[in-house]
Amino acid sequence: MDFTFSPEHVALRRMVREFAENEVAPLAMEIDREGRVPFETLRKLAKIGLLGVCFPQEYGGMGAGETGYCILMEELGRVCTSTATNVGAHIGIGAMAIYLDGTEEQKRKYLTPLARGEKIAAFVLTEANAGSDAAAIRTRAVREGDSWILDGTKTFNTNGSFADIVTVLAVTDPALGARGGITAFIVESDTPGFKVGTHENKMGIRGSSTAELIFEEVRVPHENVLGKVGEGFVSFMKTLDMGRLTLGAACLGGAQAALEAAIYWAKTRKQFGVELAHKQSVQWMIANMATEIEALRSLIYRAAWLVDTGRPFTQLAAMCKLYGSEVASRAIDMALQIHGGLGYTRDYPVERAFRDARIAEIFEGTNEIQRIVIASRIFREHGVRIRP
Amino acid sequence: MDFAFSEEQQMFRAMFRDFSAKEVAPRAEEIDHEERPPLDVLRKAANQGFLGATLPEEYFGAELDGVSYAMLIETLAGDCMSTAVTLATHVSLVAMTILEHGSEAQKEDWLPLLAAGEAIGAFALTEPDAGSDAMALQTRATPEDDEVILDGVKTWVANGDIAGLFLVFAQGPEGVEAFLVPKDTPGLTVGYREPTLGLRGMTFNTLYLEGCRVPQANRLGGPGDGCEVAQRAQDRMAIALAAAGLGVAEASVDVAAQFASERVQFGVPIAKKQAIQDYVAGSLIEVEALRYLVYHAAWLADQGGDFSFDASIVKAFAARVARTVTNRMLQVLGGYGYMEDYPMARKYRDARALGIIGGPTELHHVRVAQRIFAERDLEIAP
Repeated sequence: MDFTFSPEHVALRRMVREFAENEVAPLAMEIDREGRVPFETLRKLAKIGLLGVCFPQEYGGMGAGETGYCILMEELGRVCTSTATNVGAHIGIGAMAIYLDGTEEQKRKYLTPLARGEKIAAFVLTEANAGSDAAAIRTRAVREGDSWILDGTKTFNTNGSFADIVTVLAVTDPALGARGGITAFIVESDTPGFKVGTHENKMGIRGSSTAELIFEEVRVPHENVLGKVGEGFVSFMKTLDMGRLTLGAACLGGAQAALEAAIYWAKTRKQFGVELAHKQSVQWMIANMATEIEALRSLIYRAAWLVDTGRPFTQLAAMCKLYGSEVASRAIDMALQIHGGLGYTRDYPVERAFRDARIAEIFEGTNEIQRIVIASRIFREHGVRIRP
Repeated sequence: MDFAFSEEQQMFRAMFRDFSAKEVAPRAEEIDHEERPPLDVLRKAANQGFLGATLPEEYFGAELDGVSYAMLIETLAGDCMSTAVTLATHVSLVAMTILEHGSEAQKEDWLPLLAAGEAIGAFALTEPDAGSDAMALQTRATPEDDEVILDGVKTWVANGDIAGLFLVFAQGPEGVEAFLVPKDTPGLTVGYREPTLGLRGMTFNTLYLEGCRVPQANRLGGPGDGCEVAQRAQDRMAIALAAAGLGVAEASVDVAAQFASERVQFGVPIAKKQAIQDYVAGSLIEVEALRYLVYHAAWLADQGGDFSFDASIVKAFAARVARTVTNRMLQVLGGYGYMEDYPMARKYRDARALGIIGGPTELHHVRVAQRIFAERDLEIAP
């Protein structure tokens, strides 16, 4: 066993930390207030290669693997959850779907500009009546010669309003359902019939964009089928596994930032003649936060190691998302409490963190879905098949 | 023991619900999004007598009993916690404090105005370095002839932007004292408004007092009585805040239960999923426990005597229940819970305030512990 990071990963973290502190953190409050996607940050991330951090160099990536990607997400999550969300939707699910299931040609044509950050990706799955029950999607794709015609409406699409390339899931055979009847497609957003609908007004991650996407007779060439016809659902679930892991990494960063802010405030703020750090209630909160964060850190980087060494990781990825989101929410709640009234105001970053963190328990598969994933794998090993 | 509501209480409750559904609920989203104090709602509440809810009739109050008043706050908070806490600040922290500690002249001068909503009350206790440690005040009250000069900075002054009358606490020669300071008093300036996570229809302001002169006759209670005045006011407010926590929690269960009945995933309403049943049932159990703790504390406060201990218990419990219940109910709504177009996100942000305002939970725990250990002859310092 070796729990140390490689020199390359140490160097990567140093670079990302510096970038996050200098370029991302100063914008965090502003993009939240203005509800604005920080495109300038995405451009800068692209320029230093970080938008392809985990992809092989032959496809324009940095080749830092899943561990490198987790480092990026942790450091971004530490300073700005919105930015981490934009990046995660681009790399972790949008481009990742093409990396995992794309043909050589698709990877050259689509993954390469995405990894270089010349183009931005989105992952398009959810519909109004298909949230946790993702297999209940109704967006249709009908074969017409060498093309497929897509029709339907997708909701809650992160990056959807400005993405250049989206990976989208549609029903190709209603009779077969999730196993065999659902197919993934790569769609360029300038294709006629691709429309951006309403934008969501969210409680947090307001520096990310969540929009409705409408497909009206969108014609997609057959060569843009991602993976095999009928296997799109399985393919998307595999992509989501990867996304869950790195979402957990972003949560780790958010929790770490909350701990740092809480420590700073506890040693600065005096009440009853002493710093709050001398109050045992506060000490308990700090100790609990730190313990959970250490457990989460081990979980995240062990899961990343599983991915990088080609081992099965689905179970741990679900745990990363579940535990990560809950640790972050708890840590931020305690940090807010330690800040007292000031933590309840938008003048302090912990208030934004409180709103931002809450989404991680919901998106990319609610925590209830993660528990179902985890429990069903456990019971399957014991010969019991459970249904959601 | 009798756990039934009187006929009068039932009638009041129906009236509160009717008022809140008609006048408050339709405005709640706008009040939050535009961060606008609900002045028109307060005017309508004044017409119903709610701004003098627990004041005696001789001061044009509605003379509600404590339990009915708790139900009023609970009902309003179910629709709009900003409105409920604005009203509770006015009634519990200011009007009732004048009734309890005021001279006959002070009561006659101010209570009818407060009951009519012609002046809204604000409570100015907290300072930058006196939060939980509320009596570590820097604001000075310097007597000069038959006047007192107030100098200092107050923060988190509830209702600051909309008040006509400020109840200001300051350090006098004989200890902390409370003063009635009308808004138009020279030297009084309302400043920065806190941009809060929730309760965005409320205003919490910084208040500057610079050579602010008020007559000695504006002191509430005797020399050095300020600590006692502040404590009693905060005990009353703790019960009102707990009632608000009850309201926001039970309304959240209502919203989530309705959503779970209608939202179909995996071919069934999600209400059929055991995890959702656990969330909703667990939440309702906590709400019901809180309900009777709130009504009990409200009843106890009416009986006279010290209710500080029970106020701390109910406030700490309400903060926890409101926080966990709104959190779970938001989860039931999934992505919709996170969108500001649905009421859950607002309730979630609002409810979080209860762990902090009116004294953080940690402080109430200390107060409860003080009583527990006092019975064992141990003195606990916060």
